[in-house]
Amino acid sequence: MAKLSLFLGCIVPNRYPGIEKATKLCLQKLEVDASDLPGASCCPAPGVFKSFDKATWLALASRNIALSEKMERDVLTVCNGCYGSLADANIELKKDPEMKACTNTCLKEIGMEFKGTAEVRHIIEFLYREFGPEKLKGCITTPLDLKVALHYGCHLIKPSKDRNLGETEAPVFFDELVEATGAKSVDYTDKMMCCGAGGGVRSGHAAESLEMLEHKLACIRNAGVDCIVNACPFCHLQFDKGQLAVNEKFGTDYSIPVLHYSQLLGLALGFSPDELGIEQNAVQNIEFLAKIYEISAGLR
Amino acid sequence: MSEELLKVLKAAGLDVLSCMHCGTCTGSCPSGRHTGLNTRRIIRDARKNRATVLSDDALWLCTTCYTCQERCPRGIPITDALLELRRLAVRKGFMLPEHRRVSEMVLECGHAVPLDEETKKKREELGLDPIPETVQKYQEALEGLKILLKTCKFDELVAEK
Repeated sequence: MAKLSLFLGCIVPNRYPGIEKATKLCLQKLEVDASDLPGASCCPAPGVFKSFDKATWLALASRNIALSEKMERDVLTVCNGCYGSLADANIELKKDPEMKACTNTCLKEIGMEFKGTAEVRHIIEFLYREFGPEKLKGCITTPLDLKVALHYGCHLIKPSKDRNLGETEAPVFFDELVEATGAKSVDYTDKMMCCGAGGGVRSGHAAESLEMLEHKLACIRNAGVDCIVNACPFCHLQFDKGQLAVNEKFGTDYSIPVLHYSQLLGLALGFSPDELGIEQNAVQNIEFLAKIYEISAGLR
Repeated sequence: MSEELLKVLKAAGLDVLSCMHCGTCTGSCPSGRHTGLNTRRIIRDARKNRATVLSDDALWLCTTCYTCQERCPRGIPITDALLELRRLAVRKGFMLPEHRRVSEMVLECGHAVPLDEETKKKREELGLDPIPETVQKYQEALEGLKILLKTCKFDELVAEK
Protein backbone atom coordinates (compact mmCIF):
# COMPACT_ATOMS: atom_id res chain seq x y z
CA MET A 1 0.00 0.00 0.00
CA ALA A 2 1.39 3.37 -1.04
CA LYS A 3 2.27 5.95 1.58
CA LEU A 4 -0.13 8.90 1.62
CA SER A 5 -0.28 12.56 2.54
CA LEU A 6 -3.62 13.86 3.76
CA PHE A 7 -4.75 16.80 1.65
CA LEU A 8 -7.22 18.86 3.71
CA GLY A 9 -8.44 21.48 1.25
CA CYS A 10 -10.52 24.36 2.64
CA ILE A 11 -13.85 23.25 4.08
CA VAL A 12 -12.55 20.34 6.16
CA PRO A 13 -9.95 22.22 8.24
CA ASN A 14 -11.70 25.59 8.13
CA ARG A 15 -15.38 24.65 8.65
CA TYR A 16 -15.79 20.94 9.49
CA PRO A 17 -12.70 19.89 11.45
CA GLY A 18 -14.66 16.87 12.71
CA ILE A 19 -14.11 15.33 9.28
CA GLU A 20 -10.34 15.92 9.62
CA LYS A 21 -10.31 14.32 13.06
CA ALA A 22 -12.50 11.40 11.99
CA THR A 23 -10.33 10.74 8.93
CA LYS A 24 -7.13 10.75 10.99
CA LEU A 25 -8.63 8.43 13.62
CA CYS A 26 -9.89 5.98 10.98
CA LEU A 27 -6.61 5.92 9.05
CA GLN A 28 -4.66 5.33 12.27
CA LYS A 29 -6.95 2.52 13.31
CA LEU A 30 -6.71 0.92 9.86
CA GLU A 31 -2.89 1.31 10.02
CA VAL A 32 -2.72 3.42 6.87
CA ASP A 33 0.47 5.47 6.63
CA ALA A 34 -0.92 8.98 6.03
CA SER A 35 1.05 12.07 7.04
CA ASP A 36 0.05 15.74 7.05
CA LEU A 37 0.75 17.81 3.93
CA PRO A 38 2.21 21.03 5.38
CA GLY A 39 1.78 24.18 3.31
CA ALA A 40 -1.01 22.89 1.06
CA SER A 41 -3.54 25.44 -0.20
CA CYS A 42 -6.99 25.41 -1.77
CA CYS A 43 -6.99 22.56 -4.33
CA PRO A 44 -8.18 25.03 -6.06
CA ALA A 45 -11.95 24.56 -6.09
CA PRO A 46 -12.72 23.14 -9.54
CA GLY A 47 -16.13 24.71 -10.10
CA VAL A 48 -14.81 28.19 -9.69
CA PHE A 49 -11.06 28.33 -10.42
CA LYS A 50 -11.22 25.85 -13.28
CA SER A 51 -14.06 28.04 -14.58
CA PHE A 52 -11.91 31.17 -14.37
CA ASP A 53 -8.45 30.34 -15.65
CA LYS A 54 -6.86 27.08 -16.64
CA ALA A 55 -3.25 28.15 -16.07
CA THR A 56 -4.02 29.26 -12.49
CA TRP A 57 -6.02 26.11 -11.80
CA LEU A 58 -3.14 23.91 -13.00
CA ALA A 59 -0.47 25.97 -11.20
CA LEU A 60 -2.17 25.74 -7.80
CA ALA A 61 -3.17 22.09 -8.21
CA SER A 62 0.32 21.07 -9.37
CA ARG A 63 1.90 22.94 -6.46
CA ASN A 64 -0.18 20.87 -4.04
CA ILE A 65 0.69 17.64 -5.83
CA ALA A 66 4.39 18.64 -5.99
CA LEU A 67 4.41 19.09 -2.19
CA SER A 68 3.33 15.47 -1.87
CA GLU A 69 5.78 14.29 -4.56
CA LYS A 70 8.60 15.79 -2.49
CA MET A 71 7.49 13.64 0.45
CA GLU A 72 7.32 10.61 -1.88
CA ARG A 73 3.70 10.12 -0.98
CA ASP A 74 0.46 9.87 -2.95
CA VAL A 75 -2.16 12.53 -2.24
CA LEU A 76 -5.23 11.43 -0.28
CA THR A 77 -8.30 13.66 -0.52
CA VAL A 78 -11.50 13.43 1.51
CA CYS A 79 -13.45 15.76 -0.78
CA ASN A 80 -14.98 15.20 -4.22
CA GLY A 81 -14.05 18.76 -5.23
CA CYS A 82 -10.41 18.41 -4.21
CA TYR A 83 -10.32 14.98 -5.86
CA GLY A 84 -11.85 16.34 -9.06
CA SER A 85 -9.42 19.22 -9.15
CA LEU A 86 -6.21 17.40 -8.20
CA ALA A 87 -6.85 14.10 -10.00
CA ASP A 88 -7.93 15.83 -13.22
CA ALA A 89 -4.98 18.24 -13.12
CA ASN A 90 -2.62 15.33 -12.43
CA ILE A 91 -3.96 13.41 -15.43
CA GLU A 92 -3.88 16.43 -17.76
CA LEU A 93 -0.32 17.34 -16.81
CA LYS A 94 0.92 13.77 -17.11
CA LYS A 95 -0.50 13.27 -20.59
CA ASP A 96 0.32 16.71 -22.03
CA PRO A 97 4.08 17.48 -21.97
CA GLU A 98 3.54 20.98 -23.35
CA MET A 99 1.07 21.88 -20.61
CA LYS A 100 3.37 20.33 -18.02
CA ALA A 101 6.32 22.40 -19.24
CA CYS A 102 4.18 25.53 -19.19
CA THR A 103 2.98 24.83 -15.64
CA ASN A 104 6.52 24.07 -14.50
CA THR A 105 7.66 27.46 -15.83
CA CYS A 106 5.27 29.01 -13.30
CA LEU A 107 6.29 26.64 -10.49
CA LYS A 108 9.98 27.39 -11.12
CA GLU A 109 9.33 30.94 -9.90
CA ILE A 110 8.91 29.48 -6.41
CA GLY A 111 11.55 26.78 -6.78
CA MET A 112 9.13 23.93 -7.29
CA GLU A 113 8.55 21.31 -9.97
CA PHE A 114 5.70 19.01 -10.89
CA LYS A 115 7.27 15.68 -11.84
CA GLY A 116 4.21 13.47 -12.26
CA THR A 117 5.35 10.83 -9.77
CA ALA A 118 2.38 10.86 -7.39
CA GLU A 119 -1.15 9.53 -7.65
CA VAL A 120 -4.21 11.35 -6.37
CA ARG A 121 -6.60 9.22 -4.33
CA HIS A 122 -10.03 9.75 -2.81
CA ILE A 123 -10.67 8.08 0.53
CA ILE A 124 -13.71 6.20 -0.81
CA GLU A 125 -11.99 4.69 -3.85
CA PHE A 126 -8.89 4.14 -1.70
CA LEU A 127 -10.82 2.15 0.92
CA TYR A 128 -12.73 0.30 -1.78
CA ARG A 129 -9.65 -0.67 -3.77
CA GLU A 130 -7.09 -1.18 -0.99
CA PHE A 131 -9.37 -2.72 1.64
CA GLY A 132 -12.66 -3.64 0.03
CA PRO A 133 -15.98 -4.05 1.86
CA GLU A 134 -15.22 -7.50 3.25
CA LYS A 135 -11.87 -6.62 4.81
CA LEU A 136 -13.33 -3.40 6.16
CA LYS A 137 -16.21 -5.35 7.68
CA GLY A 138 -13.64 -7.40 9.56
CA CYS A 139 -12.30 -4.22 11.22
CA ILE A 140 -15.70 -3.08 12.51
CA THR A 141 -16.15 -3.25 16.28
CA THR A 142 -19.47 -1.39 16.57
CA PRO A 143 -21.95 -2.41 13.88
CA LEU A 144 -24.26 0.49 13.14
CA ASP A 145 -28.00 -0.09 13.20
CA LEU A 146 -28.72 2.92 10.98
CA LYS A 147 -30.67 3.62 7.81
CA VAL A 148 -28.62 5.85 5.56
CA ALA A 149 -29.35 8.02 2.51
CA LEU A 150 -26.07 7.84 0.64
CA HIS A 151 -25.03 10.78 -1.53
CA TYR A 152 -22.15 9.88 -3.87
CA GLY A 153 -21.71 13.44 -5.10
CA CYS A 154 -20.59 14.19 -8.63
CA HIS A 155 -16.82 14.39 -8.93
CA LEU A 156 -16.04 11.16 -7.13
CA ILE A 157 -17.34 9.26 -10.16
CA LYS A 158 -17.50 11.82 -12.97
CA PRO A 159 -16.11 12.46 -15.55
CA SER A 160 -16.05 8.67 -15.70
CA LYS A 161 -13.47 8.44 -18.50
CA ASP A 162 -10.68 9.08 -16.02
CA ARG A 163 -12.12 7.57 -12.85
CA ASN A 164 -12.29 3.87 -13.70
CA LEU A 165 -14.92 3.35 -11.04
CA GLY A 166 -17.55 1.84 -13.30
CA GLU A 167 -20.78 3.29 -14.55
CA THR A 168 -22.28 6.45 -13.12
CA GLU A 169 -26.06 5.91 -13.28
CA ALA A 170 -26.35 3.38 -10.47
CA PRO A 171 -22.96 2.67 -8.90
CA VAL A 172 -22.76 0.36 -5.87
CA PHE A 173 -19.18 0.47 -4.57
CA PHE A 174 -19.82 3.25 -2.06
CA ASP A 175 -23.06 1.60 -0.88
CA GLU A 176 -21.00 -1.52 -0.17
CA LEU A 177 -18.62 0.49 2.01
CA VAL A 178 -21.57 2.00 3.89
CA GLU A 179 -23.08 -1.44 4.45
CA ALA A 180 -19.73 -2.77 5.67
CA THR A 181 -20.34 -0.62 8.79
CA GLY A 182 -23.59 -2.49 9.46
CA ALA A 183 -25.73 0.41 8.22
CA LYS A 184 -28.37 -0.03 5.53
CA SER A 185 -28.04 2.12 2.42
CA VAL A 186 -31.63 2.98 1.50
CA ASP A 187 -32.56 3.71 -2.11
CA TYR A 188 -34.30 7.01 -2.77
CA THR A 189 -35.56 9.11 -5.68
CA ASP A 190 -32.85 11.09 -7.49
CA LYS A 191 -30.11 9.51 -5.39
CA MET A 192 -27.48 10.33 -8.02
CA MET A 193 -28.61 13.94 -8.37
CA CYS A 194 -26.17 16.73 -7.53
CA CYS A 195 -26.61 18.51 -4.17
CA GLY A 196 -26.75 21.84 -6.01
CA ALA A 197 -23.61 23.40 -4.54
CA GLY A 198 -20.95 22.82 -7.20
CA GLY A 199 -19.74 24.87 -10.14
CA GLY A 200 -19.84 28.10 -8.18
CA VAL A 201 -23.65 27.90 -7.97
CA ARG A 202 -23.82 27.93 -4.17
CA SER A 203 -21.68 31.06 -4.00
CA GLY A 204 -22.98 32.78 -7.15
CA HIS A 205 -26.64 31.75 -7.22
CA ALA A 206 -27.64 30.89 -3.67
CA ALA A 207 -31.41 30.85 -4.25
CA GLU A 208 -31.21 28.41 -7.16
CA SER A 209 -28.74 26.26 -5.27
CA LEU A 210 -31.21 25.94 -2.38
CA GLU A 211 -34.03 24.99 -4.78
CA MET A 212 -32.00 22.00 -5.93
CA LEU A 213 -31.13 21.13 -2.35
CA GLU A 214 -34.76 21.30 -1.24
CA HIS A 215 -35.72 18.78 -3.92
CA LYS A 216 -32.97 16.45 -2.79
CA LEU A 217 -33.94 16.80 0.89
CA ALA A 218 -37.61 16.07 0.11
CA CYS A 219 -36.58 12.85 -1.65
CA ILE A 220 -34.36 11.86 1.28
CA ARG A 221 -37.04 12.57 3.87
CA ASN A 222 -39.50 10.40 1.94
CA ALA A 223 -37.04 7.51 2.23
CA GLY A 224 -37.28 7.63 6.04
CA VAL A 225 -33.60 7.50 6.98
CA ASP A 226 -31.58 8.24 10.12
CA CYS A 227 -28.99 10.35 8.33
CA ILE A 228 -27.34 11.44 5.09
CA VAL A 229 -23.84 10.14 4.37
CA ASN A 230 -21.53 11.87 1.89
CA ALA A 231 -17.90 11.80 0.78
CA CYS A 232 -17.45 15.49 0.15
CA PRO A 233 -17.27 18.35 2.65
CA PHE A 234 -18.80 20.76 0.13
CA CYS A 235 -21.86 18.49 -0.26
CA HIS A 236 -21.68 18.11 3.54
CA LEU A 237 -21.82 21.88 4.02
CA GLN A 238 -24.66 22.18 1.51
CA PHE A 239 -26.68 19.44 3.24
CA ASP A 240 -25.91 20.66 6.77
CA LYS A 241 -25.80 24.45 6.74
CA GLY A 242 -27.92 24.56 3.60
CA GLN A 243 -30.66 22.63 5.38
CA LEU A 244 -31.16 25.51 7.81
CA ALA A 245 -31.24 27.98 4.90
CA VAL A 246 -33.82 25.79 3.11
CA ASN A 247 -35.99 25.76 6.24
CA GLU A 248 -35.84 29.52 6.39
CA LYS A 249 -36.54 30.02 2.69
CA PHE A 250 -39.27 27.40 2.21
CA GLY A 251 -40.79 27.25 5.71
CA THR A 252 -39.84 23.56 5.98
CA ASP A 253 -38.69 21.74 9.09
CA TYR A 254 -35.92 19.45 7.87
CA SER A 255 -33.67 18.11 10.57
CA ILE A 256 -31.72 15.36 8.83
CA PRO A 257 -28.29 14.67 10.36
CA VAL A 258 -25.34 14.73 7.95
CA LEU A 259 -22.21 12.57 8.26
CA HIS A 260 -19.09 12.33 6.15
CA TYR A 261 -18.18 8.69 5.51
CA SER A 262 -15.11 9.10 7.76
CA GLN A 263 -17.46 9.93 10.61
CA LEU A 264 -19.74 6.97 9.89
CA LEU A 265 -16.75 4.64 9.67
CA GLY A 266 -15.33 6.22 12.83
CA LEU A 267 -18.48 5.29 14.77
CA ALA A 268 -18.26 1.73 13.46
CA LEU A 269 -14.58 1.57 14.48
CA GLY A 270 -15.59 2.38 18.03
CA PHE A 271 -14.97 6.13 18.29
CA SER A 272 -17.55 8.25 20.08
CA PRO A 273 -19.68 10.93 18.36
CA ASP A 274 -17.90 13.77 20.18
CA GLU A 275 -14.46 12.50 19.14
CA LEU A 276 -15.67 12.62 15.54
CA GLY A 277 -17.12 16.13 15.72
CA ILE A 278 -20.62 14.98 14.79
CA GLU A 279 -22.17 17.33 17.34
CA GLN A 280 -20.47 20.32 15.72
CA ASN A 281 -22.83 20.20 12.73
CA ALA A 282 -25.36 22.97 12.14
CA VAL A 283 -28.23 20.46 12.16
CA GLN A 284 -28.84 19.45 15.76
CA ASN A 285 -31.00 16.35 15.90
CA ILE A 286 -31.19 15.22 19.51
CA GLU A 287 -32.92 11.92 18.70
CA PHE A 288 -30.16 10.95 16.30
CA LEU A 289 -27.42 11.93 18.76
CA ALA A 290 -29.10 9.86 21.46
CA LYS A 291 -29.28 6.93 19.07
CA ILE A 292 -25.60 7.02 18.08
CA TYR A 293 -24.49 7.49 21.70
CA GLU A 294 -26.53 4.41 22.57
CA ILE A 295 -24.96 2.51 19.67
CA SER A 296 -21.43 3.55 20.62
CA ALA A 297 -22.07 2.66 24.27
CA GLY A 298 -23.23 -0.80 23.15
CA LEU A 299 -26.80 -0.22 24.34
CA ARG A 300 -28.41 -1.02 20.98
CA MET B 1 -19.36 36.85 -37.98
CA SER B 2 -16.46 36.11 -35.69
CA GLU B 3 -15.57 32.46 -35.36
CA GLU B 4 -14.11 33.04 -31.90
CA LEU B 5 -16.22 30.70 -29.79
CA LEU B 6 -15.77 27.71 -32.06
CA LYS B 7 -12.07 28.46 -32.45
CA VAL B 8 -11.55 28.52 -28.70
CA LEU B 9 -13.48 25.29 -28.24
CA LYS B 10 -11.66 23.62 -31.11
CA ALA B 11 -8.27 24.72 -29.78
CA ALA B 12 -9.16 23.04 -26.50
CA GLY B 13 -10.03 19.84 -28.37
CA LEU B 14 -13.74 20.27 -27.69
CA ASP B 15 -15.93 19.48 -30.69
CA VAL B 16 -19.53 20.56 -30.28
CA LEU B 17 -20.44 20.47 -33.97
CA SER B 18 -21.72 16.91 -33.87
CA CYS B 19 -24.61 17.93 -31.59
CA MET B 20 -27.92 16.71 -33.04
CA HIS B 21 -30.09 18.69 -30.61
CA CYS B 22 -31.66 15.64 -29.01
CA GLY B 23 -31.96 17.51 -25.69
CA THR B 24 -30.63 14.69 -23.51
CA CYS B 25 -28.35 17.24 -21.84
CA THR B 26 -31.17 19.60 -20.92
CA GLY B 27 -33.42 16.73 -19.87
CA SER B 28 -30.70 15.35 -17.59
CA CYS B 29 -29.70 18.65 -16.02
CA PRO B 30 -30.43 18.88 -12.26
CA SER B 31 -30.03 22.64 -12.41
CA GLY B 32 -32.23 23.07 -15.49
CA ARG B 33 -35.14 21.46 -13.60
CA HIS B 34 -35.11 24.37 -11.19
CA THR B 35 -33.37 27.23 -12.98
CA GLY B 36 -33.14 28.97 -16.33
CA LEU B 37 -30.19 26.84 -17.47
CA ASN B 38 -30.81 25.26 -20.88
CA THR B 39 -27.65 23.33 -21.74
CA ARG B 40 -28.70 22.49 -25.29
CA ARG B 41 -29.24 26.18 -26.01
CA ILE B 42 -25.78 27.06 -24.71
CA ILE B 43 -24.22 24.47 -27.00
CA ARG B 44 -26.36 25.68 -29.90
CA ASP B 45 -25.35 29.30 -29.31
CA ALA B 46 -21.70 28.30 -29.13
CA ARG B 47 -22.03 26.44 -32.44
CA LYS B 48 -23.51 29.55 -33.98
CA ASN B 49 -20.75 31.73 -32.52
CA ARG B 50 -23.25 33.85 -30.64
CA ALA B 51 -21.12 35.95 -28.30
CA THR B 52 -24.20 36.65 -26.15
CA VAL B 53 -23.70 33.21 -24.61
CA LEU B 54 -20.70 34.65 -22.75
CA SER B 55 -22.69 37.38 -21.01
CA ASP B 56 -25.63 35.06 -20.29
CA ASP B 57 -25.93 34.46 -16.55
CA ALA B 58 -27.20 30.93 -17.29
CA LEU B 59 -23.59 29.91 -17.97
CA TRP B 60 -23.04 30.17 -14.20
CA LEU B 61 -26.04 28.03 -13.21
CA CYS B 62 -24.27 24.79 -14.14
CA THR B 63 -23.11 22.84 -11.08
CA THR B 64 -20.58 20.93 -13.25
CA CYS B 65 -22.17 17.61 -12.25
CA TYR B 66 -21.16 16.10 -15.63
CA THR B 67 -24.47 14.23 -16.07
CA CYS B 68 -25.03 15.79 -19.53
CA GLN B 69 -21.51 14.88 -20.60
CA GLU B 70 -21.91 11.29 -19.38
CA ARG B 71 -25.26 10.86 -21.17
CA CYS B 72 -24.59 12.68 -24.46
CA PRO B 73 -25.28 10.11 -27.21
CA ARG B 74 -22.76 11.85 -29.44
CA GLY B 75 -20.07 11.81 -26.76
CA ILE B 76 -19.69 15.58 -26.74
CA PRO B 77 -17.69 16.80 -23.72
CA ILE B 78 -20.47 19.23 -22.84
CA THR B 79 -19.39 20.19 -19.31
CA ASP B 80 -15.79 20.66 -20.43
CA ALA B 81 -17.02 22.89 -23.27
CA LEU B 82 -19.13 24.89 -20.84
CA LEU B 83 -16.08 25.38 -18.60
CA GLU B 84 -14.11 26.59 -21.62
CA LEU B 85 -16.89 29.10 -22.40
CA ARG B 86 -16.80 30.30 -18.79
CA ARG B 87 -13.06 30.91 -19.02
CA LEU B 88 -13.59 32.92 -22.19
CA ALA B 89 -16.37 34.87 -20.46
CA VAL B 90 -14.04 35.69 -17.54
CA ARG B 91 -11.34 36.91 -19.95
CA LYS B 92 -14.00 39.24 -21.40
CA GLY B 93 -14.73 40.54 -17.90
CA PHE B 94 -17.96 38.64 -17.19
CA MET B 95 -17.71 37.47 -13.61
CA LEU B 96 -20.16 37.43 -10.72
CA PRO B 97 -19.19 39.66 -7.77
CA GLU B 98 -19.43 36.63 -5.44
CA HIS B 99 -16.90 34.80 -7.59
CA ARG B 100 -14.54 37.79 -7.51
CA ARG B 101 -14.80 37.62 -3.71
CA VAL B 102 -13.89 33.89 -3.66
CA SER B 103 -10.91 34.68 -5.90
CA GLU B 104 -9.80 37.46 -3.59
CA MET B 105 -9.90 35.03 -0.67
CA VAL B 106 -7.44 32.74 -2.42
CA LEU B 107 -5.26 35.71 -3.39
CA GLU B 108 -5.22 36.87 0.24
CA CYS B 109 -4.92 33.66 2.23
CA GLY B 110 -4.60 30.70 -0.13
CA HIS B 111 -8.04 29.31 0.67
CA ALA B 112 -11.44 29.86 -0.94
CA VAL B 113 -12.93 29.30 2.51
CA PRO B 114 -10.51 30.67 5.12
CA LEU B 115 -10.27 29.72 8.76
CA ASP B 116 -12.51 31.64 11.19
CA GLU B 117 -12.59 32.04 14.97
CA GLU B 118 -15.57 29.70 15.42
CA THR B 119 -13.76 26.85 13.64
CA LYS B 120 -10.56 27.47 15.61
CA LYS B 121 -12.60 26.79 18.76
CA LYS B 122 -14.14 23.68 17.22
CA ARG B 123 -10.65 22.44 16.32
CA GLU B 124 -9.48 22.92 19.89
CA GLU B 125 -12.53 21.07 21.24
CA LEU B 126 -11.49 18.13 19.08
CA GLY B 127 -7.91 18.25 20.31
CA LEU B 128 -6.64 19.48 16.94
CA ASP B 129 -4.16 22.33 16.51
CA PRO B 130 -6.30 25.47 16.11
CA ILE B 131 -4.32 26.34 12.96
CA PRO B 132 -4.35 23.48 10.42
CA GLU B 133 -1.25 22.20 8.61
CA THR B 134 -2.04 24.23 5.51
CA VAL B 135 -0.64 27.35 3.89
CA GLN B 136 -2.38 29.31 6.67
CA LYS B 137 0.25 28.07 9.12
CA TYR B 138 3.36 28.69 7.04
CA GLN B 139 4.05 32.29 6.06
CA GLU B 140 6.78 31.29 3.61
CA ALA B 141 4.45 28.89 1.81
CA LEU B 142 1.79 31.58 1.61
CA GLU B 143 4.27 34.06 0.13
CA GLY B 144 5.26 31.44 -2.46
CA LEU B 145 1.64 30.84 -3.33
CA LYS B 146 1.09 34.57 -3.80
CA ILE B 147 4.06 34.75 -6.17
CA LEU B 148 2.63 31.80 -8.11
CA LEU B 149 -0.76 33.52 -8.44
CA LYS B 150 0.95 36.70 -9.60
CA THR B 151 3.00 34.76 -12.14
CA CYS B 152 -0.30 33.49 -13.56
CA LYS B 153 -1.61 37.10 -13.53
CA PHE B 154 -4.65 35.82 -11.66
CA ASP B 155 -4.92 39.08 -9.72
CA GLU B 156 -5.23 41.05 -12.96
CA LEU B 157 -7.74 38.59 -14.41
CA VAL B 158 -10.18 38.83 -11.52
CA ALA B 159 -9.73 42.53 -10.78
CA GLU B 160 -12.84 44.63 -11.40
CA LYS B 161 -12.55 46.07 -14.92
